[in-house]
Amino acid sequence: MTKVKKGFSNLYLGLVFLFLYAPIIVLIVLSFNNSMSRTVWGGFTFKWYINLTSNDDIMSALGTTIKITLSSSILATILGTSAAIGIHYMKKRHAAIMLGATNIPLLNADIVTGISLMLLFTRFTPLGEFSVVLAHIAFSVPYVIFNVLPRLQSLSEACFEAAMDLGATPWYAFCKVVWPEIFPGVLSGFLMALTMSLDDFTITYFTKGAGVNTLSTMLYTQLRKGIQPELYALSTILFLLAFVLLLVINFKGSDRKEAVAK
Amino acid sequence: MFNKLRTSFLAAPYALWVLICTILPLFYILGYAITTQEGSLTFENLTAIAEPVHLKSLWLSIKVAFFTTVICLIIAYPVALILHNLKITNKSFVVFLFILPMWMNFMLRILAWQIILSNNGILNSILSTLGLPTIHILYTKAAVTLGMVYDFLPYMILPIYNALSKINDQVIEAASDLGANWWTTFTKITIPLSRDGIISGIIMVFVPALSSFVVSNLLGGGKVLLIGNVIEQEFTLARNWNLGSGLSIILMIFVLLSMGIMNSIDDSENGGMLV
Amino acid sequence: MKKKLISFLSIFVLGITPMLSFTGCGSDSDNSDTLVVLNYGKYIESDVLKRFQEETGIKVKYEEYESVEDMYAKYKAGSINYDVICTSDYMIETMRLEGELIPIDYSSLPNYENIDPSIVEASEAFDPTHEYTVPYFYGTVGILYNTTMVDEETVSSWDSLWDPEYKNQIVMINSQRDAFMVALEKLGYDINTTDQKELEDAYNLLCDEKKYVYAYLQDETYECMISEDAAMAVCYSGEAAMGMEYNEDLAYTVPKEGGNLWIDSWFVPRTCKHYDAAMKWIDFMCEEEAATENFEYVWYATPNTKVASHEDEETLADETVFPSKETLDRCKLYEAYDNETLDYTTTLWKKLKAY
Repeated sequence: MTKVKKGFSNLYLGLVFLFLYAPIIVLIVLSFNNSMSRTVWGGFTFKWYINLTSNDDIMSALGTTIKITLSSSILATILGTSAAIGIHYMKKRHAAIMLGATNIPLLNADIVTGISLMLLFTRFTPLGEFSVVLAHIAFSVPYVIFNVLPRLQSLSEACFEAAMDLGATPWYAFCKVVWPEIFPGVLSGFLMALTMSLDDFTITYFTKGAGVNTLSTMLYTQLRKGIQPELYALSTILFLLAFVLLLVINFKGSDRKEAVAK
Repeated sequence: MFNKLRTSFLAAPYALWVLICTILPLFYILGYAITTQEGSLTFENLTAIAEPVHLKSLWLSIKVAFFTTVICLIIAYPVALILHNLKITNKSFVVFLFILPMWMNFMLRILAWQIILSNNGILNSILSTLGLPTIHILYTKAAVTLGMVYDFLPYMILPIYNALSKINDQVIEAASDLGANWWTTFTKITIPLSRDGIISGIIMVFVPALSSFVVSNLLGGGKVLLIGNVIEQEFTLARNWNLGSGLSIILMIFVLLSMGIMNSIDDSENGGMLV
Repeated sequence: MKKKLISFLSIFVLGITPMLSFTGCGSDSDNSDTLVVLNYGKYIESDVLKRFQEETGIKVKYEEYESVEDMYAKYKAGSINYDVICTSDYMIETMRLEGELIPIDYSSLPNYENIDPSIVEASEAFDPTHEYTVPYFYGTVGILYNTTMVDEETVSSWDSLWDPEYKNQIVMINSQRDAFMVALEKLGYDINTTDQKELEDAYNLLCDEKKYVYAYLQDETYECMISEDAAMAVCYSGEAAMGMEYNEDLAYTVPKEGGNLWIDSWFVPRTCKHYDAAMKWIDFMCEEEAATENFEYVWYATPNTKVASHEDEETLADETVFPSKETLDRCKLYEAYDNETLDYTTTLWKKLKAY
């Protein structure tokens, strides 16, 4: 019985993974395609990978992307986590207002958010990379909050109070009781913020200054005349890097755990 | 005693942020929404939603967003549950595997779907090799829904998984010790306890799906006009920021209202506060 | 596990702290040796851009856009002070009528003489007094078709796009102006008509067509034709040329009723802060070597007469790239719509898409 159930579970997970990874596999294959066209197989080649490093435009866009994505998602995570904690302990009415406002960036079409932020920024600061970071924080904070809040809501108040009764300072109690509980939420919020920032085109387009190029804006402006295959190669590299990083952290972590167990 | 009032001040920087980067830009949009292109006051941009072409696209958006959300929920809940019940040490690793695809640019992934779904695409090649009839799916509403499910699925899986992992396993054990079968435990304990995650997930999928326009552009072949597409076109093609703003204000009110209704229904049930 | 994740996060935090130094904020610095250029995506050979900076010592902030409409929305908000812009004819006329253009000092452009006078003459449609623009590339709108699925005779008329035989095999252009152009030509009306009755006729015709249309596309139409997902597609000549490179069965034609000739040109907007540098830029774009390099990268018809001497006969005879005299004779440029007509056609377009 359980074996059958387990088989089903694994099959189901496998199918969902296939759904999520099918386009990735297609793109990885494309990065080795010796043709500028997406729909023609021109033979196997490494040339897009070799060309990549010598392509200054792509390299500088990559640098800008990393800078903007990491800083905006980290700032959004800090801002969002503290906001979620604050909102959780607010009076209900106030919390409802805050959450309503939090929803606004989610429910506006990207172009509305982009144009309204552009109108705001041009009033106060010249557009550059920094304005893009601000804009990215604006649309990714809600994702952090919505990931952290459910964790807080299912957090047992009693544990925290017990810690306090036993003489822990609020900060100590927070670090030892609350933080470990909400951390997975913070992490998934951070990862969502990261990917939102990585993928965004419309808002970035309207809030960026002259000459600022991210990988996303680069891709979109190339749509009309065909995407440079080097970009498939770069995406593949970034994807594999993330994958390898994940594996490394994973195995290093389990080694340590085993050592402790012994 | 832990000071709730003081803790709520942790939200102060965010409140300031909301004021500047959310509310203030909203006023720009509101300003455009209630004026004509010449600058005089009007409500026409708001009432324009009643025009048949706008109502039609709004209705289509609601349908697509609804199906997207439901399909996401149906796919995501078992995934979250299976992940939660996995008897392996590296659960987070598996969870990460669901986020990892998002590391590839969104538009590239959607373009890959074009390659998979097109008439002479990968899917149809596989079908015809198997001797099955080919399907025409690219550039239809079904393709748009598929693209959105694909895009938003991780946003449903993560919050539900997070909520599930907060459930104390002893509660479930206690239920089965007391004679509850799997289904009863699931409906009476697991689902209610993961409710917050489900609702977070629904919001993070339904709301952006409602205003989305990129997926329908790329997989709808310009034949699927969602309200997001209408708004986008008013800002760019028609150069009518006033109408675009009016429509997006209406869309915003519509979403806030429906979430308010969801909130009040939930309040009457158990007094819990919803996200 | 948790420790592990925390260390994962902290690696990230530590990693980016040094990166948090932002540059490029002062985009409006009145530095006389910078130049803010705005152009379509992938519309310049990057070596030309590099060479311009080396030879003149002017630092270029090069900005790209995907659609004219996006470009206009961002320009109108006054967000960035552009020095020199390249865009399409009807948008230039719109901006000229709004008083956004500054006259060009042609005497400071020694290479301007390389530009084909007939194209300059055609530019009168949007720059009647020859004061504001310098042509960069031009081309037509026509039908790219697969010769194994459609014969030449059929596509010699726009009627082919209404042929039930090709249901779900027709790719229509996803651009309001171009789609209306096709319907207006089929009806025998002027493509620049502002008569609402005529536009409505065109709209009804497009509604008829919708049931046969596989997709409305503007980006990468040629990919769809290369993979033979469709039998014919309305697209720009440059895209057609790109498609024909990958699939030998493809061919391009401008139907007999006539079509649209488009010209992308450089102009100087009112926001220009570096006029002299802008002149140097435009002149550089007209230079023989730069124009040749750009042509070989972009593969659209160049108005630069000096380029011909660098190309082989086959290229020059390629009618997809260089439209023949007869083709050009039956093509017309778009004129900018007034606000009322723009509103009217946009509403019709919206209705067509929701239809």
